[in-house]
Amino acid sequence: MAGKTIQDINAKIKDGSVHVVTAEEMPDIVAELGPDGAAKEIDIVTTGTFGAMCSSGAFLNLGHSDPPIKMQKVWLNDVEAYAGLAAIDAYIGATQLSKSRGMEYGGAHVIEDLVAGKSIDIHATAYGTDCYPRKVLDTTVTIDDINQATMFNPRNGYQKYNVATNCSNRTLYTYMGTLLPDCGNVTYSGAGVLSPISNDPTYQTIGVGSRIFLCGAQGYVTGQGTQHDPTNDFATMMVQGDLKQMDKKFVRGATFHGYGTSLYVGIGIPIPILNADIAKATAVTDADITVDVLDYGVARRSRPVLRQVTYEELKSGMIDINGREITTSPMSSFHDARAIAGELKDLIQKGTFYPTLLVERLPGTGVVCKPMKQIGEQPTVADVMAKRVITILQGQTVENAAKVIMEGNFNHLPVVSDEDRLVGIITAWDIAKAVAKNKRDKLDDIMTRAVVTADTSEPIDIVARRLEQHNISALPVVDKHRRVMGIITSDDISKLVARR
Amino acid sequence: MKITLHVTPDITPRPLIAEVILETGALLNIDRADVKPKGGEVVIDVPHDECDRVVAAFKKRGATITCLKLPIIKDDDECVNCGACISVCPTGVISFRDDWSVQMDVDKCVQCGACVTMCPHGALTVGK
Ligand code: SF4
Ligand code: SF4
Repeated sequence: MAGKTIQDINAKIKDGSVHVVTAEEMPDIVAELGPDGAAKEIDIVTTGTFGAMCSSGAFLNLGHSDPPIKMQKVWLNDVEAYAGLAAIDAYIGATQLSKSRGMEYGGAHVIEDLVAGKSIDIHATAYGTDCYPRKVLDTTVTIDDINQATMFNPRNGYQKYNVATNCSNRTLYTYMGTLLPDCGNVTYSGAGVLSPISNDPTYQTIGVGSRIFLCGAQGYVTGQGTQHDPTNDFATMMVQGDLKQMDKKFVRGATFHGYGTSLYVGIGIPIPILNADIAKATAVTDADITVDVLDYGVARRSRPVLRQVTYEELKSGMIDINGREITTSPMSSFHDARAIAGELKDLIQKGTFYPTLLVERLPGTGVVCKPMKQIGEQPTVADVMAKRVITILQGQTVENAAKVIMEGNFNHLPVVSDEDRLVGIITAWDIAKAVAKNKRDKLDDIMTRAVVTADTSEPIDIVARRLEQHNISALPVVDKHRRVMGIITSDDISKLVARR
Repeated sequence: MKITLHVTPDITPRPLIAEVILETGALLNIDRADVKPKGGEVVIDVPHDECDRVVAAFKKRGATITCLKLPIIKDDDECVNCGACISVCPTGVISFRDDWSVQMDVDKCVQCGACVTMCPHGALTVGK
């Protein structure tokens, strides 16, 4: 069979004879008819995904005021938008937080409210020019009052996404949701069998100019997304569409507790089945898509990979990690991904949505997603810590500890065992409290035993965050035998930061 | 049926719950207790048919009790059926139906609030 063209398919949409199925229905069809048979039978496979896509936002043109203003800074409902464009153009990004409400409300919520037709308060400031004399502007608008409102998302629709868990001993609040300590839960994202790019992993039909379903409107893929990484099957897309045509159901502001805001974006992509190869690719199932489970307990760029899993395993609700069954949660909505693939199928069958011919394919293998080039060494604990640390043997009296602290003129005194291992820590404040309560004899009764520590190779930023989290001002630095190598204080870190 | 016992400093020294169990013979199950020196609350699971008697027994002793009709409330307009809340719930209240929409078996809820924090869409609130 010679294959079909987009024109053939669009002619069938016009005369109502087009045969559309969703990517969930396709695997069975290919299994039954084979790729050739399926390519003959099926014209379009619809995909869908609905999840948090942080790299999202919208360009807005507010129309000129009188007297006119060239906005230097602008806030929408107290969320700052980027105004370094022409006079009254701005870009509102999903993750920018409200000045007054913080994480509860962000750019994503502004976009949702715009789509929902709600009023948005605008405040802008400027330096004033001969052509744009105005310096301050306050007004209230709805989406109907402004000129263009164009969703423009630099990175959407990840082909698949790594899975998160947390092996550390404290709860983490991340863009993958709450991660309970000690691998208490697992979270994942992505639509698996319905994922657009997973159904066309060689980008034969998805590329520049592909018409897509974008949050209820007809939008377009405009190019590769930022961080597009075809080499590792982490392809992404840049997309745009008219905010004014969108449906609130598929544009939803979100807050990840302790992390910030993001926008749930609904994307559906039709895959025209032009040949047997494309048909075969759309037969992908949840069992065929594998992702790494990462330990978010390690706050570094390369997080340890605990194992690999398929979307089929993730969707079963439990996965095995080191011999334990752990409950999984999706962060994206498969329910709504399905609704999107279904809605797109209806639109095509009704003759109101026509797939387009690609202008250009997304770049394939050979594109490498690089880590950041950082100049200068990242300082580590070893660079900043005090290496001469006075310690005290456990079993001594509070009195003795007080003397040591007084003589040394410092605040934190690590307590060590006979084998020179760290067993506790005592501060000047602990001693003051003990004296006030008349508990002067045994040090062991008043020391803190669960000591928070650092190791020499850790980057300063990570240790600074640890100090903040535990609300303490110093950490003993220990080696792997818990021998005290040094001590690092928040003062040392502040001094270093001040020099940077 | 869940009830919340509001603990105040004046009743903390008494074995209130034990007294109520002895008096009513009801099998009470403490789902969650959050009591600090200044007071707090204890969520207690009570067999349906004994609820009235148990509540009366607590009230007789001067305790403040509220009955939780709906321990956890989901706003269906905000919920996108992602299921993010599922994995943080300690008692398995939340699950997917076959169509991937989210359902709640509210009788199991102990009002820990973990799902409220997890929900990206502010769809959940703990009932009062
Ligand atoms: S508050 Fe939420 S997480 Fe906690 S028990 Fe109830 S449903 Fe589960
Ligand atoms: S996390 Fe929130 S939005 Fe997601 S299913 Fe639970 S209640 Fe619904």
